[in-house]
Amino acid sequence: MARITLDGIGHAYGPRPGGPADYALQPLDLVWEQGLAYALLGPSGCGKTTLLNIISGLVQPSHGRLLFDGTDVTHLPTERRNIAQVFQFPVIYDTMTVAGNLAFPLRNRGMDRAGIVQQVARTAAMLGLTEVLDRPARNLSADAKQKISLGRGLVRQDVAAVLFDEPLTVIDPGLKWELRSKLKAVHRALDLLMIYVTHDQTEALTFADQVVVMEGGQVLQVGTPAELFERPDHTFVGHFIGSPGMNLLPAEVSGMEARVDGHALPLAGRYAPLDAGRIEVGVRPDFVALTDGPGLPVQVDRIDDLGRVRLARVRLGRHRMVATVPPDAVVSGSEARVRIDPARIHVYADSRRVAPL
Amino acid sequence: MSLVLDGVSLGVPGVPVLEDVSVHFERGSLNVLLGPTLSGKTSMMRVMAGLDRPDRGRVWMDGADVTGVPVRRRSVAMVYQQFVNYPTLSVYENIASPLRVAGLPRAEIEARVRDAARLLRLEPLLRRTPAQLSGGQQQRTAIARALVKRAALVLLDEPLANLDYKLREELREELPALFAQTGAILVYATTEPMEALLLGGRTTTLWEGRTTASGPAAETYRNPPNLPATRVFSDPPLNELPVEARGGQLHLPDGQALPGLPGLPDGSWRLGFRAEHLQVGRPPPGSLGLAGRVNVTEIAGSESYVHVDVGVATWVALVRGVMDLPPGEAVRVHVDPRRIMAFDIAGRRATLAQPAPSRVVA
Repeated sequence: MARITLDGIGHAYGPRPGGPADYALQPLDLVWEQGLAYALLGPSGCGKTTLLNIISGLVQPSHGRLLFDGTDVTHLPTERRNIAQVFQFPVIYDTMTVAGNLAFPLRNRGMDRAGIVQQVARTAAMLGLTEVLDRPARNLSADAKQKISLGRGLVRQDVAAVLFDEPLTVIDPGLKWELRSKLKAVHRALDLLMIYVTHDQTEALTFADQVVVMEGGQVLQVGTPAELFERPDHTFVGHFIGSPGMNLLPAEVSGMEARVDGHALPLAGRYAPLDAGRIEVGVRPDFVALTDGPGLPVQVDRIDDLGRVRLARVRLGRHRMVATVPPDAVVSGSEARVRIDPARIHVYADSRRVAPL
Repeated sequence: MSLVLDGVSLGVPGVPVLEDVSVHFERGSLNVLLGPTLSGKTSMMRVMAGLDRPDRGRVWMDGADVTGVPVRRRSVAMVYQQFVNYPTLSVYENIASPLRVAGLPRAEIEARVRDAARLLRLEPLLRRTPAQLSGGQQQRTAIARALVKRAALVLLDEPLANLDYKLREELREELPALFAQTGAILVYATTEPMEALLLGGRTTTLWEGRTTASGPAAETYRNPPNLPATRVFSDPPLNELPVEARGGQLHLPDGQALPGLPGLPDGSWRLGFRAEHLQVGRPPPGSLGLAGRVNVTEIAGSESYVHVDVGVATWVALVRGVMDLPPGEAVRVHVDPRRIMAFDIAGRRATLAQPAPSRVVA
C-alpha cells in the first residue's frame, strides 16, 4: 500500500550535467496514488525505462528523492522496496507447476499455507489459469507463460507497486485483446498501484487511469486517455497519440480565425495576437471529414482503405493532412472539400498549446 | 515474371507445417502473409527462399522450376524480426556486405549504398557500428542491406515487430513504395490485421499451415470467404454467435429466439460480425439486438472498446469517440443484419448480405 512521490527525480549521464542533452531523464516532480494505474508512454530513448528502473532500484538517480509513503527509498536495494515486477518475456520456473509458480512470491514472504492456497486460487481465477494450475509450467504456450508472469506480479496484495515493463510485446494480436481486458479487470478488482511502461499507445490508453507521455527525457503531458486525445498540450503528444497522429499546419492566428496558406479556418475560441515563435493549428484526422457540403477545398492525393475506415491523404494549399472518408461516401475525383469541426482545432506556439482567451 | 508455389506441403509425420499451399505472386507486387504465430508464414518464406525443400509440390520462379535449388543460387533477400547486422562492421559495410560478396566494382557499391542509405535516412549514421544505433536504425540498416542486393524476391518476416509503434507507422508508409521502385516480388509476413490493411497490396491469410483466403487487402477484409480467414483478419476479434435457423427464426443456445436472417437456410450456423458493426444502445427496428452486461471498457483515444457479456457469448463493440461504461452496467447491443456473416459447420460462408447505399463526395 503506497503513494509514490518523485521529488525532483532526474538522471544525468556524467557527473556534471550541463544542458538537457546530458540527461537521460530531466528532473521532475510527480505523485502516484494508491489504487491507480499509470502508463509511461513514449518512443525508445524517451526515458521511460530509466524512470521505471529508478522506481525498481535498478538505477540510482543522480538527482532528487524517491519516496514510498513518505519514506525515502532512493538508495534502498530492489529487494527492500516491496515491489512486484512483470517483464517483457515470461520469467517462470519451468520445473514447477503453474500453482507452484504463482505461490512462489508468497512462500518467499513466509505466508501460511491456507493464505497461499486462497491467494493462488483468486489470482488464477482472474487470469483464467484455474484449469491449468496443476500442470507443469514447462509445456505451456508463450502467452500462457506470460499469464503466469502476470499472475506472479499480481499475487501479493501487500506490495507498494506492481511494475510492468512492456508485458504484452511478445503476445499475438488476438490474445493481446484477452490479456489487456483481463489486466484491466484485475486493476478494477485490486487496490494496487500499477506502473506500466510501453511504446504502444493502445496499451497505454486502454490500461491506465493516467498516462505520462515522455520524449527526450522529458514529461510532456500527464493526463487521462480522453484528455490526451482531445486536448494534447504539446504537438508531440498530438502526433504520438492517435493513428495517424494529429494534423499540424503552419498558420497565422488572430481573433477567432486561423489562416492556413490563404485559407480561413474558423476557430471556436478567441486568441490573443500570436506573432512570436512558430504558430501551428492542430486537428485530429477524426475531426476532418471529406464532405459533399460546404467546406475547405483540398486536393486528394490518395485514399487508404483500412477496411473499417478510409483515410484520405489530402493537401490544403501546400500543406498535407489526413481526413476521414465517411462510410457511405464515394470518392473518384481529386478535388474535394473537407469539413473541420472548429471546436476540435487547437493552436500551438513553439509546440506548446495556447489556451483561448 | 512471377513466383508460384504449387501444392507445397512440408512437415514431419503427424505434424504438418504447410499443407497444400498454392500462391501466385507477380513481379513488382506487394504480398502480405497474415496469420498468427505458427500458422506457417515463416515456413512459406523459407520454402520461397530455398532454405527448406518442400516434401510435396513445386516452386516456380519466372517460369523455371526452382524446387530444391539452394538459397545461394537464388536472387533472394530476407529481413527478419530480430535485427541481424554484423556487430563489428560499420553501417556502411553492413549495407555493402552482399555487394562485396558478389564482387561488384567499388564505384557501383558506393553508389548503391549511398542510394539505399538516403532512402532509409541512414546517411548521417554510415560510420557508426550497430551497437551505437537505436533498434529502429538497426532494422533500417538490415532493410537497406536487403534493398541494395536488388534481389528478384524480397522476404520480410515481421520486420517491424520489434520497433516502436510510431516508427512502425512511418516505415509501413514508406516500405511498399521503397521496394516497389526495385520491381521485386515483395512478401511481407505479419500477425496484425491492421498492418496488412495499412500496407495494402494482396493479403493471403494463413491458418494452421493452410492458406484460407487471398486477394486485395481491403476487399478480403470486407468479404472474407470462410470462418478461419475472417477470424485471422479481425482486430478486435470477430464477434461470434452459434444459432439454429428454424421456422424463420434464429434459436440461440440459451433458448432465446431472434428474427431470422433473409436468405439463410434452416440449419446450424455460426454467425460472425466485426466489432465496428456492433452498436451499444437501444436496437433500431430491423436490427438484431441482445441484452448484456459490460465486462470492461477500454478507451483508446479516437475509439473505445466495450466488452459485453451477452450470456451466450462475449463480444467487443468498437465505438467512435470516448464511451466509458462501468463494469456490470446493463446494456443493449445490436447489429445491422446486413453486416452479419453466416458460416456453416465446415466454416464456409453463406451468401447473404446486401451492399449499403452510397453518396459522392469527390
